[in-house]
Amino acid sequence: MADTASTGIILNSALAIAFLLVSIALLLSLWRLIRGPEKPDRMLALDTLYVNSVALLVLLGILLASNLYFEAALLIALFGFVGTVALAKFLTRGDIIE
Amino acid sequence: MSILNILMEILIAVLILIGAGFTFLGSVGLVRLRDFYERLHTPTKATTLGVGSLLIASAVFFSWQEPGWSFHEVLVAVFLFITAPVSAHLMAKAALHLREHGETSLPTETTLAKHDGEAAISLGAEQARQNGLSARAQGEGAIPEARR
Repeated sequence: MADTASTGIILNSALAIAFLLVSIALLLSLWRLIRGPEKPDRMLALDTLYVNSVALLVLLGILLASNLYFEAALLIALFGFVGTVALAKFLTRGDIIE
Repeated sequence: MSILNILMEILIAVLILIGAGFTFLGSVGLVRLRDFYERLHTPTKATTLGVGSLLIASAVFFSWQEPGWSFHEVLVAVFLFITAPVSAHLMAKAALHLREHGETSLPTETTLAKHDGEAAISLGAEQARQNGLSARAQGEGAIPEARR
């Protein structure tokens, strides 16, 4: 169904609350990314930021009733995993590609 | 609007609220817990459960709204469920490596005071042992210097 006006009030209010919660979660992990006392804390906060943005994109896909956002969510999840692996390798070995 | 539509809306709304709540709790744990190894626990489990619940909600929504079943979300869910433990393991390994090589600090006195008594005593003994080891290592390092 292409037009998006079919969702009712229950789903819309749940989506509003969910957007609020996920946005606060993004801000909290951004705080840990900036504040984090050690390097692994920042790495963990970046990974959490990626996963939270995947959640936000899925919510946006439900709100706009569009299938377009799953490819973007999949790409963000993929880049998040690759970035975390590269950061962990850099912190462990001092180099990414040996 | 028929009864079925209202029931489907309530089901999707409950799934969305569960998912968003778990995502939020994961980030709250990331901010509030004391140690890196405690902080590693919350996001890697809670956000995976949260995003998984959101993806189930999305699959139900698109299977309801559009003709046919919707399986796009299963791809994202499978990828996240495979990679989340792997990345958590790699992060724990990196943190342990940095700690063994002295680049991150051991638990300090303020974090030790927050633990309850027995754990504080054992951790204090561990730290004292580490201090003794490092002092002995410095002593052994100093001897050849004196010989030269």
